[in-house]
Order: sequence, then structure tokens, then C-alpha cells
Amino acid sequence: MMNRNDILATQDMIDKRHLDIRTITMGISLLDCCDPDLEACCEKIYRKITRCAKNLVPVGEAIEKEFGIPIVNKRISVTPIAIVAGACETDSYVRIAQTLDAAAEACGVNFIGGFSALVQKGAAMGDWKLIHSIPEAMAATNRVCASVNVGSTKAGINMDAVAEMGRVIKKTAELTAHDDGLGCAKVVVFANAVEDNPFMAGAFHGVGEPECVLNVGVSGPGVVYHALQSVKGQPFDVVAETVKKTAFQITRMGQLVGKEASERLGIPFGIVDLSLAPTPAVGDSVARILEEMGLEVCGTHGTTAALALLNDAVKKGGVMASNHVGGLSGAFIPVSEDEGMIAAAESGVLCLDKLEAMTCVCSVGLDMIAVPGDTSAATISAIIADEAAIGMVNSKTTAVRIIPAPGKVVGDRVEMGGLLGSAPVMPVHEPSSEAFIARGGRIPAPLQSLKN
Amino acid sequence: MKAIVTVVGKDRVGIIAGVCTALADFNVNVLDISQTVMQGYFTMMMAVEVSGCSVPLAELVTRMDEIGRNMGLSIRVQREDIFEAMHRI
Repeated sequence: MMNRNDILATQDMIDKRHLDIRTITMGISLLDCCDPDLEACCEKIYRKITRCAKNLVPVGEAIEKEFGIPIVNKRISVTPIAIVAGACETDSYVRIAQTLDAAAEACGVNFIGGFSALVQKGAAMGDWKLIHSIPEAMAATNRVCASVNVGSTKAGINMDAVAEMGRVIKKTAELTAHDDGLGCAKVVVFANAVEDNPFMAGAFHGVGEPECVLNVGVSGPGVVYHALQSVKGQPFDVVAETVKKTAFQITRMGQLVGKEASERLGIPFGIVDLSLAPTPAVGDSVARILEEMGLEVCGTHGTTAALALLNDAVKKGGVMASNHVGGLSGAFIPVSEDEGMIAAAESGVLCLDKLEAMTCVCSVGLDMIAVPGDTSAATISAIIADEAAIGMVNSKTTAVRIIPAPGKVVGDRVEMGGLLGSAPVMPVHEPSSEAFIARGGRIPAPLQSLKN
Repeated sequence: MKAIVTVVGKDRVGIIAGVCTALADFNVNVLDISQTVMQGYFTMMMAVEVSGCSVPLAELVTRMDEIGRNMGLSIRVQREDIFEAMHRI
């Protein structure tokens, strides 16, 4: 029989350390749903999603039960709607967002990603229509997530799109002002977006993906935090090794669940995204892991180095545990979704500038950050441009998910509820970036040699 | 298919008998048992064969949980694969 201590260790991780499968996400291609007639297109989309994903939730729930491990979210990602709807004779894609929302509800999933456009080098007609539809679409739906890729290492940064996204985010916040701008929590601006990300709000089903695929996102900051408590004061070699071993175990769980789920659903298993995804629950925080390495408060000097070690060790440990690793894979640092980050931000130690530095070495970017409601569109665009530049130059994915909470000022708190948590409103720099953003055009792709 | 049954609770007469009878009622075969009592607390782990189980595994999990509650115990049934995956390469 299995070793008694191994059984207890696994159960302990699930019961006390918040070990869970964060999401199983079904990617569905909607390329065959194109139609010049908007209603016909919506009809095809609804039918295809509800047909492909009808068993996703029941299968997920059965696996949860049999293995005794929670699968927190069951989700769907689809082909970027700007591509699918490009042929539609319409000026607004809000109707399509509503269709996605209805299909997600029918399937019982809490989020559907893919109200997306990829405009890193330039935007086609459909891309602009999608981008302009985002504010109304976010206000009119509950489960639809939008993302726009504005830059890449190969193409540079589309500054026209960056400028527009600042305005789109402001408008989204205004249209969802009654919920403190909650709509913005469902909008991500990417550089180097990946095609197989299972995590929301940035998930979409890339055009290089198969017809239908299952991707899995694991989690487990609490497990890593607990493991590090047993190596207090020891050198970083030991810290890295401990994180690697723990990440291996967590990822094996994701691999097992993903394989089982894809077999039962009769679709190929895509990737495991081995990310440390925190939740607002105590004991499930990435910030607390960094603090456990010896930092008094996350955000103080040394935080970037600690995060660099963590991010790298998670990847190294996880890679061997899974057949195919993909998605964003690393450590997420969303402010509102991480109890330790919230505390650090409220104490004033963790500021936007430090978070930006941390995004150079973490798996994504500035995530779930609330800023004052009077922050200008140009300032938001400039924040996006900075973040996209980090991604572009370092050949990594970066993202911005920012909430200019209407009527809120520094020191207030934005409550988003559930896994989205609550975010303290953080200060931004006052001086204007207006003229910088007004230039538009494209920042050229960076040189990939002479790296210093 | 194998599963691991974990039983934890305050020690008293008849725990093994009760759990095994319940498993037998579902046509679940016990392959191995490891049991101990620490400071008055009963802890048992069983490897069982569930291929011939008279109900789907998910239902067995729910039913054994209910039976455990009635007996004042925690009874957990999980597929063995989860432990294999995490602890064996």
C-alpha cells in the first residue's frame, strides 16, 4: 500500500494548505462560426459552445469527488472574437458578448474568455470594432472576459491600440461604476499573449490550437509557503530546491486531473499551466511566500530578487511533472486576489513602481490594481505602455488589469467579491503622459542581440 | 481501480467492523489495512478495490462520508492515483 505519511501529506495539503486545481479550461475553436449575418453567427457560436462544453462541469465535479481535490473553476476559452466576427456586417460585437455570456451560463461555467483582439502590429476592422465594443460588452455581461494584445517582441508595441485601451478601460469603469468599475477586472491588456492560457481574464483559444482542447491551471501558494517554513534561515540553494520539489508535486496533480478530464471529455489534453495563483484567503498568498524568504513586508528591497527565484523554481519543478507545460506558468502577483499583497499595499510599502519592477520577473504583470477614479486615460495608457515594453524587451508575457474605480481616492478600498477579492486604491504619478500617448504609431521591435 | 479509504475519529469499539461492513455492502474489497490509535484517536488507512463497486465511485465517496458522520468519524475515499501521482515518479 501507499506510504502512510504520503497519504497524510497529500490530504494535509488539500485540507490545510489550500491545494487545489484552480481551473480546467476548455478551449473551443469558433473559426467555423463565421457568418456575415450577426444573428446567424451568434446562433452558431451558442450551439457550438453548448455542444462542446455540455459535459465540462459534470465531468469536473465527478473528478473532484473521486480524487478528493477541489477543482475551483471550470471555464471556457474561445477563438478571439475579432477574428470570428470579422465577417459580420455590424458595427458592434456586444450581441456576440451576450451570446458568449448565455452559452457560459448554459454550461454552468463562471467565466468565458476570448472576447479578444490581437493587434500588436496593427488593427483590422474587426479588431477596432471589438475594442470599441468592450466597455458596453463588459457592462452587459457577467461572465465574459476581454483581452487585447497590444505588443510583442517580434512586432513591437502598437501605441494607437495602447492609447485606445486607456480610453476603453476608463469607459468600462464608468459603465460599471455602480460596482466600483468591476467591468475592468474582466479586461486584460497583454504583450506577448499566449494562446493556451487557462487563467482568466486573459484566456483565449489561439488560432494555432486544435478544434477543442483541455488546459489545466494548478495553484498552491499555501503549499509552497508551508514548505518554506521548514527551511527557515537556510541558504537560497535550499529555498530553490524546496520550491522546486513542491512545484513538482502540485503540477503532478494538475497533470493527473487534466489527463483524466480530457479522456472523459474525449478531447486532447493541451497543457498544464503551473502557476502559483493566490486567492484572498489567508494562507494562500504569494506575498507571504516572499516574506517567508526573509522580507518584513512584500514590496521592500529584495522583493524582486525573491520573486525571481520563486518564479524560476516553480517552472523548473513543474516542467518535469507534466508532459506539456504552457500558458503563463510562474508566480502571479495580483494585488486584490492576494491577502499578503493587499496588506502590503495598504501599509504603503508595496507601490505601483515596485510592482512594475516585480513584473519583470513574474509570470504576468500588473494585475488587479485599483487606482483613483480620476486617473486619466493617458496615464492608464502610459502604464500599459511601460508594462508592454517590459514584456517586449524581455521576451515574456506581460499584462495590465487595472481598475480606475469611479469616485474612489487613494486610501479607499474596492470590493470585488469572491476570488477577485478587494483592492486598496494605489496612488499613480501625477505628472501628465498625455503628449507621449498622443503621438500614436508603433514602437519598433527590439534588437534580439547585443543584450546588455 | 484502487482507492484509499482514510478513517479518523475518536477510538471506540467496532469502528473497523462498521467501516468494513459498509464497504462490503457496496461490494468493495479490502486489500490492505494500516491502523493505529494515537492519544485516543483512531486513524486507519485502507487500500480497497473499487472495480466491482455496486455504485459509481463519486456516489461511494458521498455515501461513505454520510456513514462516517453517523458513526462520528471522518471517512474519506479517494482514488489511489492522486497519491501515486504526487509521491512517485
